[in-house]
Amino acid sequence: MAAKTLTIDGHLVSARPGETLLEAIREAGITIPTLCHLDGLSDVGACRLCLVEIEGQRRLQPACMTMVSEGMVVHTNTPRLQAYRRQIIELLFAERNHVCSVCVASGHCELQRLAGMVGMDHVRYEYLSPDCPVDISHMRFGIDHNRCVLCTRCVRACDEIEGVHTWDVAGRGVDARVITDMNQPWGTSTTCTSCGKCQLACPTGAIFPRGVTVGERPLASERIALIVEARKQRW
Amino acid sequence: MDLHELEAIAERELAQRPRLRILYCSATGCQASGALEVKRRLEGLLAETGRQVEIDVGAVGCLGLCGRGPIVRIEPSGATFEHVKPDDAGEIVAALDGHACHVARCDQDHPFFTRQLLIVRRHCGLINPDRIEDYIAVGGYRSLYHVIHEMTPAEVIQAITRSGLRGRGGAGYPTGLKWATVAKSPGERKFVICNADEGDPGAFMDRSILESDPHLVLEGMAIAAYAVGAEQGFIYVRGEYPLAIERLQKAIAQARRHGLLGAQIFESGFNFRVDIRVGAGAFVCGEETALIASIEGRRGQPRPRPPYPAESGLWGMPTLINNVETFANVTAIIENGPEWYSSIGTEKSKGTKIFALTGKIRNTGLIEVPMGITLREIVEEMGGGTPDGTPVKAVQTGGPSGGCIPASLFHTPVDYESLAAVGSIMGSGGMVVMDEHTNMVDVARFYMEFCKDESCGKCIPCRVGTVQLLNMLTKLRNRQAHASDLVKIEELCELMRETSLCGLGQSAPNPVLSTLHYFRHEYEELIGAEGDHGS
Amino acid sequence: MSRLRIATIWLGGCSGCHMSLLDLDEWLIELATRADLVYSPIADAKRFPPDVDLTLIEGAIANDEHLELAHTARRHSKIIVSFGDCAVTGNVTALRNPLGPAQNVLQQVYIEHGDPGGVIPHDPGIVPVLLDKVVPVHHVIPVDYYLPGCPPSAPRIRALLEALIEGREPAADIRYG
Repeated sequence: MAAKTLTIDGHLVSARPGETLLEAIREAGITIPTLCHLDGLSDVGACRLCLVEIEGQRRLQPACMTMVSEGMVVHTNTPRLQAYRRQIIELLFAERNHVCSVCVASGHCELQRLAGMVGMDHVRYEYLSPDCPVDISHMRFGIDHNRCVLCTRCVRACDEIEGVHTWDVAGRGVDARVITDMNQPWGTSTTCTSCGKCQLACPTGAIFPRGVTVGERPLASERIALIVEARKQRW
Repeated sequence: MDLHELEAIAERELAQRPRLRILYCSATGCQASGALEVKRRLEGLLAETGRQVEIDVGAVGCLGLCGRGPIVRIEPSGATFEHVKPDDAGEIVAALDGHACHVARCDQDHPFFTRQLLIVRRHCGLINPDRIEDYIAVGGYRSLYHVIHEMTPAEVIQAITRSGLRGRGGAGYPTGLKWATVAKSPGERKFVICNADEGDPGAFMDRSILESDPHLVLEGMAIAAYAVGAEQGFIYVRGEYPLAIERLQKAIAQARRHGLLGAQIFESGFNFRVDIRVGAGAFVCGEETALIASIEGRRGQPRPRPPYPAESGLWGMPTLINNVETFANVTAIIENGPEWYSSIGTEKSKGTKIFALTGKIRNTGLIEVPMGITLREIVEEMGGGTPDGTPVKAVQTGGPSGGCIPASLFHTPVDYESLAAVGSIMGSGGMVVMDEHTNMVDVARFYMEFCKDESCGKCIPCRVGTVQLLNMLTKLRNRQAHASDLVKIEELCELMRETSLCGLGQSAPNPVLSTLHYFRHEYEELIGAEGDHGS
Repeated sequence: MSRLRIATIWLGGCSGCHMSLLDLDEWLIELATRADLVYSPIADAKRFPPDVDLTLIEGAIANDEHLELAHTARRHSKIIVSFGDCAVTGNVTALRNPLGPAQNVLQQVYIEHGDPGGVIPHDPGIVPVLLDKVVPVHHVIPVDYYLPGCPPSAPRIRALLEALIEGREPAADIRYG
């Protein structure tokens, strides 16, 4: 099939049919914030950071789940989008207890990076300060719900890459939590293979290898895409 | 089953029906106020006097005036009694015999009844929802027969399109267009889903339809399935509706036994099976993609559209999802023709709409009114104003997705576009009346708390935005808010409306925005704290 | 040009931001040629003076004394900078918030996890009274600029101060942790 031509931020861009708008935007050298998207995993369109304006469409659309089409005219960084993105990051920081200074992922954290990217120099909303548990019942890994942003990358990595589906989400609204098996301590999970892919996929310090301290957990989420590619190519 | 057998059932049914009948409303509202005890006393009394054959005590569906239950009607006179107590049994039997009766009567010449136009609820109060014979006796399943044997699927879709019927779940998408999309979408299988996950606070239209006339919905679904090419249907009904579920189960079993559902319906090549899926209490499962996920056995949360279910729905197959009331309109359109249907209502909103009239209103209950009727006619004439005569302040339509319309705009006609133009929505049919004593910030808080509890948590604007909005409204209510908080409230409303993933989050700010628009002074009066910071 | 009057205050924080300020080393001497430090934990002034041009606030608002000082600083300062993560977000100081209101926190610290026979200190006027919730500075007074970081590094502090002294808008510099 012929390539699709679209206009992104005033530049003519050609994209392969079946490509997502996010891929096309990135290939055009434009960076837009993403959080729940991770190369190698399916998309859910949950974080709303990659929303873009598409001319002729009433609603903003998530670039990660929108397919390119011929003649599409896309704006990725309007003042309105910038304001929304900042608000979304503010809401995330206010939701749980994100204390960068004592976090294993500090310096290697997507949320921390996003705060800078969207210009969030302070949070205007009230901090909700929920009392969140830390589960270190697993031999090799721990999960600190204070740092979880509910992107569900761990859930998808476990389900789609490891094929286990140890992780899922329980509860509703701000009370939603990622859980293991039947909402039991991770260490008692009978399905977990201890592969660590959830930890690789985690954008923040929520899931971490035990024994690391502040700033010691590197961001290695690109390894998820590497695994997927390696399997496809039979490396 | 063929047409003759159907007619034979109807004739037999009418022939064996006693002339004297006592009909009691057996829907949830009247059962809650003691209808079953009234029924037991009536039956006991008739048994004692040996008149149980001569006089039939029969269950019927909802008669509409739910605030005055238990409701009992006697035939042939048609006299209807309200607030019936078990001790009234003797008087009611006396009334049947033409004697004086002191039980309070419903004024059936009241606008509450006379302004109604019954299409969807035409059998309510006439037939026993537990008996398929009753439904067949009032003409049931003839439309399905007609459609299968005398119409092509394309003709059915055309009829629905020409009727102008729009989705009764709230958004008002043209039903014919939706059916046409499903019909032409390629897929090895197709599905029809009836959305009976009615969840708006104060809304009980769909429950009443399912409890009063379940076969009407099943027949509508079967016609839809024939039109779009589906062989499997699901009714997704909320677990909080046990009576509706029980009656649906019974109705499905009866229809299957009569060959009106299942394989080779009316001895044709058309097969259609219906199964019930019971929701587990999540409001968001009324959103179609979340509902589909729930039927598939996954966590009930929405996904971005497109693709729409009409193209890729249940298990990735083309899926038609309509609301209970939408399906309940189908047989009337087939029976009387699309031109008849489209002659009712306004230019863009055809037919009737059922509303659940509740709140500070004299006549609480269900009303089916033609589109285009004004809010004033509904609230003041049909509803009879507030119980104690306090002036009505506003009416809330559309539940947590809707808005408050002030009394000064009660000349607004009830149709999809007019309600949207004044900042509310048609919604599924909740209509909550508020009087001068109602504080509008409290109203906004109530709905925001509901949305906060019901947000699934998938997308950030809805998950956290609802909590932040609720907290700010609470702060305002406690006179601890600054003027800058009002700005933050409006900003957050915009964020949620524009960026939330599904309709729940996108419309959750509506109660706040509409009350801010019409009753801003009530917010401003509550600004208590000094200073202006944090912005 | 008249000399700039600068103040720094230390609320609910670890003083790390002030340490980082001192890390500016010889640039402090340059700063001293253009500004006076009129109030600071590292200067000998007992009361927050009037007519301050620029105040850096380190730390979150955790007790009644912080609250009062923040309001005083706001009243007497042209520009207020939230200086470091505790001032901007609450940071480590706010880690007690999930434990509940002040009384719960004190109960847990001094009684449940304290030495046997522990008592909750109570000395109004001497020991400041804890607020029920630790909040960032901008939740109680308007703030003009934010410099997150735990602590912000000396070069970042310098960049901000240079811009403000020269009357320029400081460049966006957002780095938490």
